[in-house]
Amino acid sequence: MSDHESTYVPKTGIERWLDERLPIIRFGVDYATIPTPRNLNYWWTFGGILALCLVIQIVTGIVLAMHYTASADHAFDSVERIMRDVNWGWAIRYVHANGASMFFLAVYIHMARGLYYGSYKAPREMIWLLGCVIFLLMMMTAFMGYVLPWGQMSFHGAVVITNLLGAIPVVGPGILTWIQGGFAVDEPTLKRFFSLHYLLPFVIFGVVFLHLWALHQSSQNNPVGVLIPKERRKQDTLPFHPYFTVKDGFALVLFLMLFSVFVFFMPNALGHADNYIPANPLQTPPHIVPEWYLLPFYAMLRGIPDKFGGVVVMFASIGLLFALPWLDTSKVRSMRFRPAMRWFFIILLVVYFFLGWCGAHLPDEPVIPGVDGPDLFDGNLNSYLWLTRFLTAYYFGYFLVITPWMGLRETPLPVPEYVSSPVLSHDEKNG
Amino acid sequence: MKLDFRKSLAAAAVMAGLALAAAPAFAARTAEEPTGPAKGVRPVSGEFTFEGPRGQFDRGQLQRGYKVYKEVCSACHSMSLVHFRDLGAPGGPFYDPKYKNPNDNPVVKALAADVQVADIDTTTGDPIKRKGTPADAFPSPFPNAIAAAASNGGATPPDQSTLAKAREGGARYIYSLLMGYREPPAGLKVGPGQHYNPWFPGDVGSYWTGKGPVPKGGFIAMAPPLADNRVTYDDHTKATVAQEAADVAAFLEWASDPHAEQRKQTGWAVMLYLAILAALTYASYRAIWKNVSH
Ligand code: HEC
Ligand code: HEM
Repeated sequence: MSDHESTYVPKTGIERWLDERLPIIRFGVDYATIPTPRNLNYWWTFGGILALCLVIQIVTGIVLAMHYTASADHAFDSVERIMRDVNWGWAIRYVHANGASMFFLAVYIHMARGLYYGSYKAPREMIWLLGCVIFLLMMMTAFMGYVLPWGQMSFHGAVVITNLLGAIPVVGPGILTWIQGGFAVDEPTLKRFFSLHYLLPFVIFGVVFLHLWALHQSSQNNPVGVLIPKERRKQDTLPFHPYFTVKDGFALVLFLMLFSVFVFFMPNALGHADNYIPANPLQTPPHIVPEWYLLPFYAMLRGIPDKFGGVVVMFASIGLLFALPWLDTSKVRSMRFRPAMRWFFIILLVVYFFLGWCGAHLPDEPVIPGVDGPDLFDGNLNSYLWLTRFLTAYYFGYFLVITPWMGLRETPLPVPEYVSSPVLSHDEKNG
Repeated sequence: MKLDFRKSLAAAAVMAGLALAAAPAFAARTAEEPTGPAKGVRPVSGEFTFEGPRGQFDRGQLQRGYKVYKEVCSACHSMSLVHFRDLGAPGGPFYDPKYKNPNDNPVVKALAADVQVADIDTTTGDPIKRKGTPADAFPSPFPNAIAAAASNGGATPPDQSTLAKAREGGARYIYSLLMGYREPPAGLKVGPGQHYNPWFPGDVGSYWTGKGPVPKGGFIAMAPPLADNRVTYDDHTKATVAQEAADVAAFLEWASDPHAEQRKQTGWAVMLYLAILAALTYASYRAIWKNVSH
């Protein structure tokens, strides 16, 4: 809504003076009154929720950093001291640790919303690309944050993940030493991870700003997926404030309730018990797993017999998200009008969930215990290894085959011309 | 678009459902079944008073547990992150509302004075031993991990400050482990200094020559530390092995999460506040959207 006319009228002399020199109030007011599609549903509230998540992580992180010691000898104890001896330190640390999980829960829902309603399609490719950048930065930030308490999972997780870089042909070993700051994960690794873990959230903040700028420029999508022409603005949009501030606010409070259940009543449920054992380089835990939100990628990584191949597949799985706007051949944005595609999408969500499930298990564990399936190549068919491979194949197939193919082949349902045209009665049922 | 309360509830339920479904699947610390797939050999089922969102520690149990820790476990295990003052802090075993500052609590002072702490003489600079104060951390039985392992057949007794939260199953696991020692089944060769315990994670396959499937569990280097009347409780509770195990497990749970009670109490206040806020926000939402057809 770049052409949204400014409605701000400075009232006092000071405001007029400021408005001529730095129209910051105008900027804020214009943003708050931006015309917003009136049919947005609750899946659209997660953007605001994500903004709050970022602020929560930054505020609690800054307080943690006041008490945290980034040193291999003291990191573990300093985190425990935060929990035991700093006033309300347990709350700050549990909010930060569970906040990362809540952040990812919200970002996954936010991304699924974008996939379902086709928010990545023209003219919104840039919003989507910047969102993918944020997702990548979040994964890096969370991974490095998880290393900081220097428990067993922190340490051995860092070993496993940094060693992946060593698998890159030719330059790998050099890069590995450079990243680790030595020939193994140790003091220098921890110190640089802390430095970067402090830095990256502010980079995320900057990219979020660009993400919103791009959003402002190409206007918000909506559940029907049609663009709102200027002459329809009166019927089809509402000012963001107060209509959507109150709606986002309500969703946000519900989200905070879920957040609180974890922080106050099951603060360690999403973590791994082994991370309360101080890091011991000489003792590898029997089962190294990342945090739940990284499990699907971890599964894909391990599903490939070749280490470098695994790294390529893992990065390609995120690369596909970047390419999606150009892989999708369908002109219809919202999957409400793409009944067949909707099923493929629902299967994608299920597949992604079970990829995470596979990531939490050892590859050679049987999926159905007690059943000895036939062997295929390097593993039993009844193993998480092969389940992972089938699921990975679907994941890639969804983006590389189904999405381009369906756009050319399917017959979408009739799409209403406007957000609030009579065909809409059909949508009332589908939310 | 009709946006009613049902839908928001549904959205919340989806969110909660996603998270809750993911929680146990992905590395949760399940309360019922500790690690070690030894289902069915659980000695006695223990329900602790501190479990659940409203659970609180049983003060008497924590005091008894401290005694077991002090007189038995602390001979081998350190607990270096816990200080004597913690015993008298709110939620602690010897908390007394009369002493807002736990350093003034006479019980805590007496317990601290019981131990000798290494220090430096402030005039001569010589290493000395002095009486402990509430500000001191619990003393460690060995100067370092190697010394600890050397005295324990090569296995280091883990520090007990975070032990309960560092094991899946928490206090229930510790209880089961302490109660779980038993004669190895015929055909299982147990090495010197090792003890068969079906609760201890491990794989005893290569020591198994008996009939039937490989027994569950592993070999632990810790000899069964508890016995009937190993301690004499000040409150005259009968000191059975089960009683001692439950009490020390509860104490270890407290030690690894000393603010758990405060956390849960705060949680209820936060939930109430958010529930009221949600109701008010929803009412405002209805009021603002009243005349909008959508
Ligand atoms: C004689 C020395 C000794 C005493 C006394 C002792 N322990 Fe241990 N404990 C050990 C050693 C050694 C290990 C390490 C065992 C291993 O890794 O095989 C251990 C390990 C443990 C473990 C960890 C098991 C695991 O899952 O890794 C727990 C829990 C434990 N002890 C609890 C206790 C409790 C509670 C007491 C007091 C009632 C106690 N211990 C008394 C020596 C001792
Ligand atoms: C995108 C935002 C952020 C994410 C996703 C994130 C994530 C994480 C995670 C997963 C941990 C490990 C938690 C644990 O298990 O203990 C962590 C720890 C930590 N983070 Fe962050 N963080 C973010 C922002 C920040 C910021 C801005 C700072 C500092 C200004 C910070 C400082 C710390 C510190 C000091 C720790 C170690 C203490 C601890 O482990 O609890 N974080 N972070």
